Amino acid sequence: MKIYRIHALICAGAQCIAAGGNGFEEALKNELKKHNIEEEVSVVETGCMGACQLGPLLVVYPEGIMYTNVEAKDAKEIVEEHFLKGRPVKRLMWKKEGEEEFPELKDIPFFAKQTKIVLRNCGLINPEDINEYIARDGYKALAKAVAEMEPKDVIDVVKESGLRGRGGAGFPTGLKWSFAANQDSEEKYIICNADEGDPGAYMDRSILEGDPHSVIEGMMITGYAIGSSVGYIYVRAEYPLAVRRLKMAIKQAKQAGLLGKNIFGTNFSFDMVLMMGAGAFVCGEETALINSIEGKRGEPRKKPPFPAISGLFGKPTIINNVETLANLPVIVDKGAKFFKQFGTEKSPGTKVFALAGNVNISGLVEVPMGTSLRKIVFDIGGGIPEGHTFKGALTGGPSGGVIPMEFIDTPVDYESLPDLGTIMGSGGLIIMDERSCMVDVAKFFLKFTVDESCGKCVPCREGTRQMLKILERITLGRGREEDIDRLEKMGELIKLTALCGLGQTAPNPVLSTLKYFKEEYLAHIIDKKCPAGVCQFSALKEGRKKHEAKIAH
Amino acid sequence: MKQKSLIDVLHDTQEEEEKNYLSRNKMIEIAKTTKISETKVYGVSTFYTMFSVYPRGKHIIRVCRNLSCHLSDAEKIAEKLKEILNVDFGETTEDGEFTLEESSCLGMCSVSPAMTIDDEPFGNLVVENISEILLKVKEGSKK
Repeated sequence: MKIYRIHALICAGAQCIAAGGNGFEEALKNELKKHNIEEEVSVVETGCMGACQLGPLLVVYPEGIMYTNVEAKDAKEIVEEHFLKGRPVKRLMWKKEGEEEFPELKDIPFFAKQTKIVLRNCGLINPEDINEYIARDGYKALAKAVAEMEPKDVIDVVKESGLRGRGGAGFPTGLKWSFAANQDSEEKYIICNADEGDPGAYMDRSILEGDPHSVIEGMMITGYAIGSSVGYIYVRAEYPLAVRRLKMAIKQAKQAGLLGKNIFGTNFSFDMVLMMGAGAFVCGEETALINSIEGKRGEPRKKPPFPAISGLFGKPTIINNVETLANLPVIVDKGAKFFKQFGTEKSPGTKVFALAGNVNISGLVEVPMGTSLRKIVFDIGGGIPEGHTFKGALTGGPSGGVIPMEFIDTPVDYESLPDLGTIMGSGGLIIMDERSCMVDVAKFFLKFTVDESCGKCVPCREGTRQMLKILERITLGRGREEDIDRLEKMGELIKLTALCGLGQTAPNPVLSTLKYFKEEYLAHIIDKKCPAGVCQFSALKEGRKKHEAKIAH
Repeated sequence: MKQKSLIDVLHDTQEEEEKNYLSRNKMIEIAKTTKISETKVYGVSTFYTMFSVYPRGKHIIRVCRNLSCHLSDAEKIAEKLKEILNVDFGETTEDGEFTLEESSCLGMCSVSPAMTIDDEPFGNLVVENISEILLKVKEGSKK
């Protein structure tokens, strides 16, 4: 193996590329060439490092120095000062406003306060090289499972670990597996649900882009446990980079003999199919996703029968989320006890959140379950931009709700959030300050569900549309006092009667904002004012003018 | 292993087509080869937002309309795009270069407002840079 003096890790996650990361890498390589030190410095493209807002990011080892917001024009200084003379460029280091810069990665609170299990390799390894994954104990858990454990033992370990589905519902993974394992069927399927569509969520994309093999290994472990030999990965077509890296990872795993027939010389064989979605949010719902793989319109099916009994092509099917699968190699390799030391009793392990909105450092954050929202927003995310105050945090995207300031110390886990009228969701966390109007936010998400409703069942198709009409009226200043009551009634009705999870949770953003920010709704309706100054009532004035003109005639 | 999913077939067909869409003739052809009824092929083609049964431009611009982008003034970016291209959402420019579309979320909240042109992501957008990006994409495709 070649030994390098310096390792320069460049984040090649989609967000850093979008921020201009491509130009920097080229410039850096040119500078290395110019000074003839290409042989001494290894430039590695990694997956998402997490601090997406400060991207493009560069980490230089052995020191572990992080440079933020690097541009092509900075490459010269970094190479000449740091790489050649050993004087790190302070100007580009991570720093707090007006304070001293943080010299090393491990001292930066954003990173120091996280616990990385799922993201163990993201930002550290080159996702396009299987050897780097293997060097970090990759495929060790799979080897252990197929060579040393019975399928039942694997299910038992996962059951004991208490791992719960990270897609949002939090159903115990091991229990779900045992349903499918008990089915007597020649064919069974594993599906990786990578149709991450919640607005504000990008955890799964970052895992797929940054550590695709961890998901593949997780799927194979699942396959071995329930007796399936085919896995489908269903990825959003909006994530072309994730698709490319997955394709590459599958190919490399096949070449290495880790995927295919008689894995590790055992009787276990596994094949994998990569499928792209085509832009339909509802396909994240498991039965709609199955229909989509079968080549149909992505409309949900009635449950029961649950997919674990009768799913894809009518066969027992286990559908797990990307993050759930990425947890599995660690659980099988290190055991249930190791996993349970993180998180709470009922929700063990960690959770990855995509922190976005009005927060100082937005990006990807992994914390133990049960961590308080305050810690995530203020300690890790660096708080709210100066001069503004925290108003609410939205979890669960269009299926979730808003957590106001008074509950900021609530532990974030599967038990506490429903008590507040929201859900854990897949991990999108949008922070809002006083500049956001809660009625506008509720309207925004309802418009999203109206657009994405597949139209199969009436409560979702028609109900959400009527609720949106009322909200539009309110934000234009034409709301009526009875509207609040009507919104609440319709919301509850849709929750009770819609066919799938999309419809059943669609009213949540409205109901939750009504619960905590009723006065804001009343201000729109009675005082015809938007306290946050977001909603424009000019349309109302126009309407009034017309009306007055009519009367005058 | 089952045969190729209809969704994959539609993706492949659309990609081959210069105008990025599924023509009536192609859909009929697919129905014949896959032995799926024509109505079903049409039904699937119109269910998913990424398929179009109308001709589109060479490049597809998808503007993210998610809340994080909404909070960081993505509206202005959308307005600017509409102004420069002289089209509304769902429309194609006269020269057949660009089609402007909306996306519910591109998963790039930290660098909002964001958009993608074909497969390339663009983040931290400012109104002033939009025309430059469009020009680059247009010129890049001529090479």
